[in-house]
Amino acid sequence: MIKLIGVEKKLGGQAVLQGVNLTIPVGKLTTIIGRSGEGKSVLLKHMIGLMQPDRGEVWVGDVEISRLSGTRLNDVRKRFAMLFQGAALFDSLSVFENVAFPLREKLRMKGPAVAQRVEEKLAQVGLEGMGHKFPAELSGGMRKRAGLARALVMEPEIILFDEPTTGLDPLMAKSIHDLIVTMQRRFGFTAVMVSHEIPEIFAISDWVAMLRSGKIAAMAPATEFQRITDPDILEFISVGGTVVLPGSHVG
Amino acid sequence: MVLNMVERIGASVVTRLQEMGRMLLFVLSAFAWLTRPPFRFSHMLKQLHFIGYKSTFVVVLTAGFTGMVLALQGYYSLRKFGSEGLLGSAVALSMIRELGPVLAALMVTARAGSAMTAEIGIMRITEQIDALDTMAINPMQYLIAPKLVAGLIGVPLLVAIFDVVGIYGGYVVGVDLLGVNAGSYWNSIESTVEWKDVYGGILKSISFGLIITWICSYKGYHTRQSAEGLGTATTEAVVLSSVVILVWDYFLTSVLL
Ligand SMILES: Nc1ncnc2c1ncn2[C@@H]1O[C@H](COP(=O)(O)OP(=O)(O)OP(=O)(O)O)[C@@H](O)[C@H]1O
Ligand SMILES: [Mg+2]
Repeated sequence: MIKLIGVEKKLGGQAVLQGVNLTIPVGKLTTIIGRSGEGKSVLLKHMIGLMQPDRGEVWVGDVEISRLSGTRLNDVRKRFAMLFQGAALFDSLSVFENVAFPLREKLRMKGPAVAQRVEEKLAQVGLEGMGHKFPAELSGGMRKRAGLARALVMEPEIILFDEPTTGLDPLMAKSIHDLIVTMQRRFGFTAVMVSHEIPEIFAISDWVAMLRSGKIAAMAPATEFQRITDPDILEFISVGGTVVLPGSHVG
Repeated sequence: MVLNMVERIGASVVTRLQEMGRMLLFVLSAFAWLTRPPFRFSHMLKQLHFIGYKSTFVVVLTAGFTGMVLALQGYYSLRKFGSEGLLGSAVALSMIRELGPVLAALMVTARAGSAMTAEIGIMRITEQIDALDTMAINPMQYLIAPKLVAGLIGVPLLVAIFDVVGIYGGYVVGVDLLGVNAGSYWNSIESTVEWKDVYGGILKSISFGLIITWICSYKGYHTRQSAEGLGTATTEAVVLSSVVILVWDYFLTSVLL
């Protein structure tokens, strides 16, 4: 369980988070929506201790991480993996090395077991045979998928996905959604996803939370979220197109 | 008015001091992480290759011409006193004590230091450093420490090459072109260069190696989140390293002499 209590954060003189209260349930896929620049990426970074709140608490399980540093913070981070919005692949390493990186450096794995797991993950994100390429040689969408493979390869307890499908074509976006959902169901990790894919996310998520004006404006099970009658929320989630029936996407 | 100015000067002094404190903590933390496993020798070798091996060409080139111009200048000055025979000593002493360490360090700053700032800065901007953090891998240990060690080893080796090539450059001009006696060129070097001079040069080059990698990686690590931020960081790194090298050189020289 990840729990944020009254989290406030100012960045560059601008109050980005203004008292976020949010509980991410264990073993579920929770999606955070909200307008561009609203602070969704900032919110994710607070969950993994990349940013410290000016005020408030961030709990991961029974550890309050907002004042931790050094090895104690690292111990918490070992339970996480994160897909960055910009993928954040290591430029100096090939795609294969990038995906193998957490296995080698974090799990201290060696030999053919690494290659096998990396190839498997690359195939799952549709990057079969691309392992030798360098990030600079990939398209934006391919980089995103390589980043996704790197996040998934660890099979950790908690995975944060910052816009996993932005920049992908609709077919690829659907297959990435399917992959995330399948993996989440199979391994049961806690997933937090930031996404603009409305209405698809209502079909694949367990919970949906909306960030607005630096606060969580609403959080509800995906099946119920679309019944919220707040006009602002309704406007935001219905601009994307027709409202789909929840649960029609994954069986 | 006056009060306002005093206030502003005070504020800028405080910011400078804070920055210096952060820089000190930065290097201390990198060295502290160096002592903890895992030890990444291959990283260090890669950095050594980058800072050292890849700077060899430009170092040899500058060293050759520096030696040659020293011989040229030295010859015309020494000839006035009829002591051209001391040309070798003049070239070698200036090389070993001053020009070798300083010029090699400035060349390494321009070539490897700026690239180092840019590399780390891009990693900062594109969140690669954050990615390391999320993987519970300390960027100080993974990224910075190997560069500091490579600087400490690489720069003294480059300076040694610089000195040797420079002395040979001086030989080419002095002996082959201007007709100084070859024997007296080498003899004067042998009789005047002392171990003390060599030690001083080594001490200087080690400290320059630290200054370059320290300042350049610090500036890259604290790059602001924009393309201009990267440009500023690189410029500041090169300017600051060069200035600190020259100031520190003066300080060390006055202590060593
Ligand atoms: N490191 C930073 N320094 C200063 N300001 C920042 C920093 N990171 C984010 N911000 C600011 O915080 C606000 C929220 O940014 P954030 O990246 O979290 O938005 P977002 O909701 O993820 O948007 P998008 O959907 O476009 O990704 C923005 O106004 C941004 O300018
Ligand atoms: Mg974002």
